[in-house]
Amino acid sequence: MTTESIATINQEESLSYRRVFMLILKRDLTIALRHRDDVFNPILFFIIVVTLFPLSIGPESNTLARIAPGVIWVAAVLSTLLSLDRLFKSDHADGSLEQLLLSPYPTFVIVQAKIIAHWLLTGVPLIFIAPVLALLLNLNQNAYGVLMLTLFIGTPVLSFIGAIGVALTVGIKKGGVLLSLLVLPLYIPLLIFATSAIDTATMNLPYGGQIAIIAALFFGAFSLSPFAIGAALRVSTN
Amino acid sequence: MWKWLHPYANPEVTYHFNNKLIPWFLRLSVAFLGIGIVWALLFAPADYQQGNSFRIFYLHVPAASLSLGIYVGMAIAALVSLVWQVRLAEASVASIAPVGAVFTAMALITGAAWGRPTWGTWWIWDARLTTELILLFLYLGVIALQNAFEDKALASKAASILALVGVINVPIIKYSVEWWNTLHQGSTVSQLGRPSMTADMFWPFLVCFIGFIFLVSWLVCRRFQTEILQRNAMRPWVRELVMKEGAK
Repeated sequence: MTTESIATINQEESLSYRRVFMLILKRDLTIALRHRDDVFNPILFFIIVVTLFPLSIGPESNTLARIAPGVIWVAAVLSTLLSLDRLFKSDHADGSLEQLLLSPYPTFVIVQAKIIAHWLLTGVPLIFIAPVLALLLNLNQNAYGVLMLTLFIGTPVLSFIGAIGVALTVGIKKGGVLLSLLVLPLYIPLLIFATSAIDTATMNLPYGGQIAIIAALFFGAFSLSPFAIGAALRVSTN
Repeated sequence: MWKWLHPYANPEVTYHFNNKLIPWFLRLSVAFLGIGIVWALLFAPADYQQGNSFRIFYLHVPAASLSLGIYVGMAIAALVSLVWQVRLAEASVASIAPVGAVFTAMALITGAAWGRPTWGTWWIWDARLTTELILLFLYLGVIALQNAFEDKALASKAASILALVGVINVPIIKYSVEWWNTLHQGSTVSQLGRPSMTADMFWPFLVCFIGFIFLVSWLVCRRFQTEILQRNAMRPWVRELVMKEGAK
């Protein structure tokens, strides 16, 4: 996936932009992999949140199957929110964020590379863990593929939109709670269409429409949000 | 037009211009709302199905449509402040957001009070109600972000970016929620010129609506003045003003 997505991003860019993108991607992945807790804790959080639902609602399998898509998606949103902090915070603290913004390369490319790196580390694992959790929640057989598909298209949207909130709050000391207030309302459309796609799939109905809209959200967020993020980062680093 | 607008980039000029506007907005809003509400509550005919409970319509619909309108106004101010770096537009974003939040809350509360007798429940997860609730969250996000920064100018820039991101999302949220679930009655007044209600119900509504518009203008201008004073507190003209007003 990584090489594919990177290739599509950079088809029209000149070689130097691609190189900038790759360098930042590599840098962010290396830093993240050296702080493994930051990568694993949100995933663990995702699993634990999903586990809480059967315990609080009751182990009846029909109910669990009914709420499974929503539970998994809400847990994915929350765990993304938890991991978003890492996106710009440490770079802002040690000053490298300012250096990146001062560099002659477009903020657009830099921001996209950082977000893709974030998604590779927090979004992609969710795609592979979700089916296991869906199994625990007794999700309908038909829905596994769609669950993974919605997560595959949807988690990048979470990262891109969330990055706007992080960029706005990165300069604030207690930005964590504020971040959720800013970002969660913006996640609502995605949540609605993703769970609706999974629900229709469990009923053996065509779910292409919802997937198309999630894909539209993805391309919209992918192409537009870096502008907002760049502007927000300029405000935050001042 | 630029020549005409140019002096208003100066906070002092704008402050005094607001001083001239405010009494008019206040008078007009008191007059229109006074007439409109008395007319609507006492003299307009009762609805044949909903009886007298429909009268809350005269508060609910203006509040709901203005809550969206105020958001768009705020987003336009945000765009102006980001693109042309107009300092006063930043101040106006800060002054518009709380008014919008109050109107959204008012639309939700009057909606709940109306829903109780007509639908038999305070709250349903219906498309428009949900959109309105999310709109309230968006407003609160802008206000919270505004308050989180120490520096007022930075705060306004951040809030402006968020307001613009929000305005792109409002239609998406609206349609997604609409697809998700719909129960709310169709709109009765949006078809301009041919409302699907009788004239003796429509005219008091129009008067109320205009009254609310002036009320919003008054509140925003007043907050805007306060913002200008706070942001320019160190300027000599503000000090002079304070000395003069304080002496009274």
